Amino acid sequence: MRPPPPRCSRACRAARPAACSRAPRQGRKKGRCPRCAEELTFRKTASFQRTWAFLIAAAVCYIPANVLPVLTTTTAAGAESDTILQGVVLLWSPTGWPLSLIVLFASIMIPSAKILALAYLLITAQCGSIKNNTQRIRLYRMVEFIGRWSMVDVFVDTFTAALIQLQPLMSVEPGPGLFFFAAVVVLTMLAVESFDPRLIWDATSSKEVRYA
Amino acid sequence: MYNEPLADTTLIGCPHCDLLQRLPELAPGASARCPRCDKELWRRREDSLNRTFALTLAAALFYIVANSVPMLGLTIVGRAASTTVIGGAEHLWQHGQQMVAVLVLLTAVIAPALQIGFMLAIVLGAHRERPPRWVGTLLRHHPTTRTWSMIEVMMLGVLVALIKIADYATVIPGVALFVLWVLVFLLAAMQSNFDSREVWERIQWAEAGAPASAGNRVAEGTP
Repeated sequence: MRPPPPRCSRACRAARPAACSRAPRQGRKKGRCPRCAEELTFRKTASFQRTWAFLIAAAVCYIPANVLPVLTTTTAAGAESDTILQGVVLLWSPTGWPLSLIVLFASIMIPSAKILALAYLLITAQCGSIKNNTQRIRLYRMVEFIGRWSMVDVFVDTFTAALIQLQPLMSVEPGPGLFFFAAVVVLTMLAVESFDPRLIWDATSSKEVRYA
Repeated sequence: MYNEPLADTTLIGCPHCDLLQRLPELAPGASARCPRCDKELWRRREDSLNRTFALTLAAALFYIVANSVPMLGLTIVGRAASTTVIGGAEHLWQHGQQMVAVLVLLTAVIAPALQIGFMLAIVLGAHRERPPRWVGTLLRHHPTTRTWSMIEVMMLGVLVALIKIADYATVIPGVALFVLWVLVFLLAAMQSNFDSREVWERIQWAEAGAPASAGNRVAEGTP
């Protein structure tokens, strides 16, 4: 009787000896580059673990970022706090609606889309999917490219607060939500940095070798 | 310690999908893409070093101006206020948002300064007959400074803030605002004219400095 094929030690437990052989190889150091002296690794170190860690942290921060106020406006009539979404609504006007849309995209849709997209990339790569590789690498590049634009809201609030300092008439102060929002942006950017796009192709390349 | 280099320097592993392939000889302006994942592997630039040097120098000057004059000002019923980029971060710091202040300072002031500074050093170093090893160190870390340098994002943020404030007060755009817009384009041009492969090909190898197997390369590297 033949021994059963080696099984993937990861969550999916699929019988994929080829994909399994990649696990011990991951991140193992292989000497230094003779030209630039960088210590070489086959893949980014602990890519799955690090990306998941940053991603989960970002998802946790995403809730207070949207619930807590990012700006507090104090006028003679009293103080008023705005969350990110309220900021978008305030900006909505016959002339200002394109900017309102930009903030809506940059501050609410991009961070959540980024978290979902990275989770999808991680899960499919961990299960050794060989489908839609080209689309997945495109998704990764899109997430990488578009991520920085989420910082827009941080800058908007920074400069609004810095300029409107006209006590006792009117003053604007940053709120606690700003910290969490900035954390979401930074954490998702770190998650993208620590994800190794080559993981998308690992299952494919080992299949190519097997069936060549 | 150091790995054995391959004699064939046209071989390249795609950084996005790890497919091993051969780079063709390119005409200036042409680019080579990975046949499997479509990643741009190399784009040859015409007169890359000189053009990058000119653009970097201009960016450095604009950067200094942008950070020393006011960016935005406003007047409302006879009262005036103005701020610089650093002033914005400082205000956050004073109002209990130290972490965000550090982030704003990093992405809008420190990272762009490193991006320009590294590039200036790389280009100056690369003009030598045999670029020294520290050029390689800077070249390796330059993409990180680029990731965190977000002047163009800041300018969009400033635009939105301007529209918001315009409802309450008269906004006075400062000199730095225009200078920063120019800087956005200068940085993009600087980045797209730079051909890192050209520098890597001429750089002094790390292995030459290593105690073992030094011999022949040390003699070649030092005039």
